[in-house]
Amino acid sequence: MASTIHCDIVSAEAEIFSGDAAMVVVPGEEGELGIAPRHAPLLTRLVPGQVRVILPEGEEKFYYISGGLLEIQPHVVTVLSDTAQRAGDLDEAAALKAKEEAERAIKDRTAGMEVAQAQAQLAEAMAQLAALERFRKQLKR
Amino acid sequence: MSGSKEIVGKIKSVQNTRKVTSALEMVSASKIRKAQDLMEASRPYSRMMRQVIGHLAQATLEEEHPFTAEREEVKRVGFIIMATDRGLCGGLNNNMFRKLLAEFRQWQEKDVEITTVVIGRKAAQFFRRLKVDISAATQDLGEQPRLEDLIGTVKVCLDDYREGRLDRLYLCYNHFVNTMTQQATFDQLLPLPPADEKPMLQYWDYIYEPNPKELLDDFLTRYIETLVYQASLENLASEHAARMVAMKNASDNANNLIDELKLVYNKARQAAITQEISEIVGGAAAV
Repeated sequence: MASTIHCDIVSAEAEIFSGDAAMVVVPGEEGELGIAPRHAPLLTRLVPGQVRVILPEGEEKFYYISGGLLEIQPHVVTVLSDTAQRAGDLDEAAALKAKEEAERAIKDRTAGMEVAQAQAQLAEAMAQLAALERFRKQLKR
Repeated sequence: MSGSKEIVGKIKSVQNTRKVTSALEMVSASKIRKAQDLMEASRPYSRMMRQVIGHLAQATLEEEHPFTAEREEVKRVGFIIMATDRGLCGGLNNNMFRKLLAEFRQWQEKDVEITTVVIGRKAAQFFRRLKVDISAATQDLGEQPRLEDLIGTVKVCLDDYREGRLDRLYLCYNHFVNTMTQQATFDQLLPLPPADEKPMLQYWDYIYEPNPKELLDDFLTRYIETLVYQASLENLASEHAARMVAMKNASDNANNLIDELKLVYNKARQAAITQEISEIVGGAAAV
């Protein structure tokens, strides 16, 4: 039997591929990596690109990943794929958005207060109107 | 027969309510399954992560990563609070909030300040009324939460932690035990509690590209994001389960109410008939 390496491609949201492969080619941060069985243990970051899995029967499978992390052990290769494009500024933008959302949530408090206040005033006005109405009816009699 | 018409109206309105609650019950029942599938799908990733982190932590022993190092003095704790976007799910959110308030009080007695991060509309609504700090918020995760939507919120917490504005970080969500039981759970995210791993027997090490420190940082960041993401899924499953049970109770109550109202209606009808007959008999006797 030809030697194979077990390959797992997983993301936080789903398992993408799991099975034996003759070779796996991934876009490493420091260049493209071809991983054959009995590769030395290695950890690296991945950049967005294509993962090519060559199955033992010679068939090839392609997966697109938007970056991630890679772990290699002599008989197992694990691609921990990101579900989204990651970059310093992108993450920063996301963080800013979350902060803005928080500010809005706090600001809504004043909006909520205004609504409550308006409602109280409305209730008061309605009570006054009702009292007036009653008064008028009494006068007619 | 003056009262009977009103009673009929009331019965109709309760019947309409029952229609809505039983529909919601069925919708939630089917959504639980989907949420559970999502939970299942995210497990391999975190399992792999944990393995690699365990190894990395031992490889970079000389210098402990800030995320795993315990701090001596705790001045400010952060809470990531998962709640639902929508209501009608029984006491799910309120039970957790009540438990959280007790927790807050304990910290405040020790003069520790509290920062919250709210995920889900109900959490935002509740905690803005309280006088606690909200440093980040996310809403509308929907039926299929995506990790992407949580990255920003988690980053705010991690940055705060790195820069010393937070000394500890907790994750609060409803743990999905089964459809009948959900448990408000507080997990410590930072500093990351050490995994119970066996001592390494083999003396091999990875080749690192670039250096192990940066990689460990990447791994830990993603790991924490994954934990938060999984908590959001678990909370989603809990939400649907709680809603299903709440709606089932509401439907049962509506049934009881309808039965009682029918009884009242029949009695009123009977009384009206009896009265009419006795009037006719009385009239005939007078002639």
